[in-house]
Amino acid sequence: MAAASSLHVAAPVATPRVGSSAGNRSASAARVVRVAAAGSGAARAGGRLVARAAVAAKENSPARAASKSDGHEVLLFEALREALIEEMKVDPTVCVFGEDVGHYGGSYKVTKGLAEMFGDLRVLDTPIAENSFTGMGVGAAMKGLRPVIEGMNMGFLLLAYNQISNNCGMLHYTSGGQFKIPVVIRGPGGVGRQLGAEHSQRLESYFQSIPGLQMVACSTPYNAKGLMKAAIRSENPVVLFEHVLLYNLKEKIPDEEYVLCLEEAEMVRPGEHVTILTYSRMRYHVMQAAKTLVNKGYDPEVIDIRSLKPFDLHTIGNSIKKTHRVLIVEECMRTGGIGASLRSAIIDNFWDYLDAPIMCLSSQDVPTPYAAPLEDATVVQPAQIVAAVEQICR
Amino acid sequence: MAAAALLRRIPAARAPATALMAARTISDSTAPLTIETSVPFTSHIVDPPSRDVTTTPAELLTFFRDMSLMRRMEIAADSLYKAKLIRGFCHLYDGQEAVAVGMEAAITRSDSIITAYRDHCIYLARGGDLVSAFAELMGRQAGCSRGKGGSMHFYKKDANFYGGHGIVGAQVPLGCGLAFAQKYRKEESATFALYGDGAANQGQLFEALNISALWKLPAILVCENNHYGMGTAEWRAAKSPAYYKRGDYVPGLKVDGMDVLAVKQACKFAKEHAVANGPIVLEMDTYRYHGHSMSDPGSTYRTRDEISGVRQERDPIERVRKLILAHDLATPAELKDMEKEIRKEVDDAIAKAKESPMPDTSELFTNVFVKGFGVDSFGADRKELRATLP
Repeated sequence: MAAASSLHVAAPVATPRVGSSAGNRSASAARVVRVAAAGSGAARAGGRLVARAAVAAKENSPARAASKSDGHEVLLFEALREALIEEMKVDPTVCVFGEDVGHYGGSYKVTKGLAEMFGDLRVLDTPIAENSFTGMGVGAAMKGLRPVIEGMNMGFLLLAYNQISNNCGMLHYTSGGQFKIPVVIRGPGGVGRQLGAEHSQRLESYFQSIPGLQMVACSTPYNAKGLMKAAIRSENPVVLFEHVLLYNLKEKIPDEEYVLCLEEAEMVRPGEHVTILTYSRMRYHVMQAAKTLVNKGYDPEVIDIRSLKPFDLHTIGNSIKKTHRVLIVEECMRTGGIGASLRSAIIDNFWDYLDAPIMCLSSQDVPTPYAAPLEDATVVQPAQIVAAVEQICR
Repeated sequence: MAAAALLRRIPAARAPATALMAARTISDSTAPLTIETSVPFTSHIVDPPSRDVTTTPAELLTFFRDMSLMRRMEIAADSLYKAKLIRGFCHLYDGQEAVAVGMEAAITRSDSIITAYRDHCIYLARGGDLVSAFAELMGRQAGCSRGKGGSMHFYKKDANFYGGHGIVGAQVPLGCGLAFAQKYRKEESATFALYGDGAANQGQLFEALNISALWKLPAILVCENNHYGMGTAEWRAAKSPAYYKRGDYVPGLKVDGMDVLAVKQACKFAKEHAVANGPIVLEMDTYRYHGHSMSDPGSTYRTRDEISGVRQERDPIERVRKLILAHDLATPAELKDMEKEIRKEVDDAIAKAKESPMPDTSELFTNVFVKGFGVDSFGADRKELRATLP
């Protein structure tokens, strides 16, 4: 299942909390000035960066860098927990806010045992008050702590939308850089097994326009642990999207410490015919469809984009330049979803490389129904992915 | 008479830093003076502090000076707004100065303050300077938020002033988060989270108060009750306008917010309480002369008589002036001179702020993320730049 991550590994254990290298800062400053001069920055959210530093193409290296030992098997929720424990051990300012995260151990067991390990002041059981405890997390971050705020279900974070958008996302900017908000907002979302409309929300699309937020979605135990660690270490607010149905995925992960890059996508299956961009649970539907496609003679390249904001247009671009065909498969709603933004970004940047219109398969714009066949029809199924690839590659 | 007056003018210690004029004959004595507050405190499930407040002549003069400076700054902002140098929303604090000044006198810079959008004077009280305040109002580079925040987003991190927030009530959970961090770090300090009578009806306040009481956080919720939530009078918005009681299980104190000494006493009391026992609610009974903001004339929902009545009876600066004159700490002429100097100081600051340029267009993209614009791809070690994304 979980194949190659193209990115690795083995960050030295004693990584100090990173100060930015001076070189970076001046590079950023220089780049930003070029945005202004070019004048075309306004039209595109990302700002056009003139020079694209060539990076050694991230090879489709299937193997992770040689691990010294065999690694150990974990379930995805255990991987998240390992990440939390490691970071909380190393950095005393990391704390966890959420409903039932402490004594109960977390509704999906991500925080099981943490309260016993770190105490009630670091693993805080909040009352059911998302608006205020998210705000409190942001306030604590303003004063130098690094809270990990859990929404028991991503959908509940809608109650905290103001705090996430206006305070979490914007305070670094409106204070002229005085305050940073290094929070991680995480929780399970996505369509589960007949959980009903209000517990099957995909909030990626709701949060994607908030300036100042980074968004990532994990899909395997390996990337869950790496992304959680990276998110905690990031000085920016990061929303980490987990999925209700993926918590029990099992995978062997390295024993050594590793951190993944928040802004990079993951090459799941290299190929030649079509680039399939996906994230979270749909990755598995895509891989299932890929089996069928391979039998039919197609060679799809599957990329788990992981970083929902910003998009890793570097990896994506390199892939499009190779295959010239793109299919986006997401669980987000069709209207205003991640796929919609990704499509625009690809058209803006890689139009000349496309041989076919970009197809985007998303969930239907309906509240998720309870009945099983209806629920299945809400999300994208492997058969639809196969049909779409066949259409694109005609 | 003259001899007695002379005796009382024994200069003791140096005048406090905020009084920047040259040595004068006005008193800068630090001999204690006890003054009774205008009205007694009303309390909810706690014993109120005494009505007798200890102060010093030097402190009273500082109060006078600081409040006059704030008053002058706000009036000047009014003119700048009408001259279209300040745009957007501008919420003025004149009338409420005693809350900012009294609070600051009771606490230290390790305590934190967070407030909503009527924040110019609290910024000054926390050590902010006039030039960066005016520059921010005019959107210039020298502004305290580099011109990117505006009137509603003043912050001063090194003085533990956390702003500066536009959404009503949202700053209160933030404030409780600050208090949480203080408790987490075992600091012996407290957080003052200010909000208005309009915001007092926000649910997130009660949520935050519940959590603060549960976790015994050193959070002091200060309701600056100026009796109008924009255009809606408090009795039309709140079933129970006894805001100091609305904490229910959390103690509360009602304070005459136009009396700087009462504010000082209450804040001192509240800080001691919060650090030891957890949250407490303060209700400052205050008044704003201007409308809600510069877009609101402020007279469609209240009468001019009411406004001038408060100005005559309860103006915070006039109260301190009377105290100073009654105790012979300065002559009326000296106070007038002080006011003239303040006026000049403010005018000079405005002129200096006007010299500051508008931010460069490149500033549009700075400070969105902590590093760059979030379009850089960092290696796993988070140190090196690996790829620059288009």
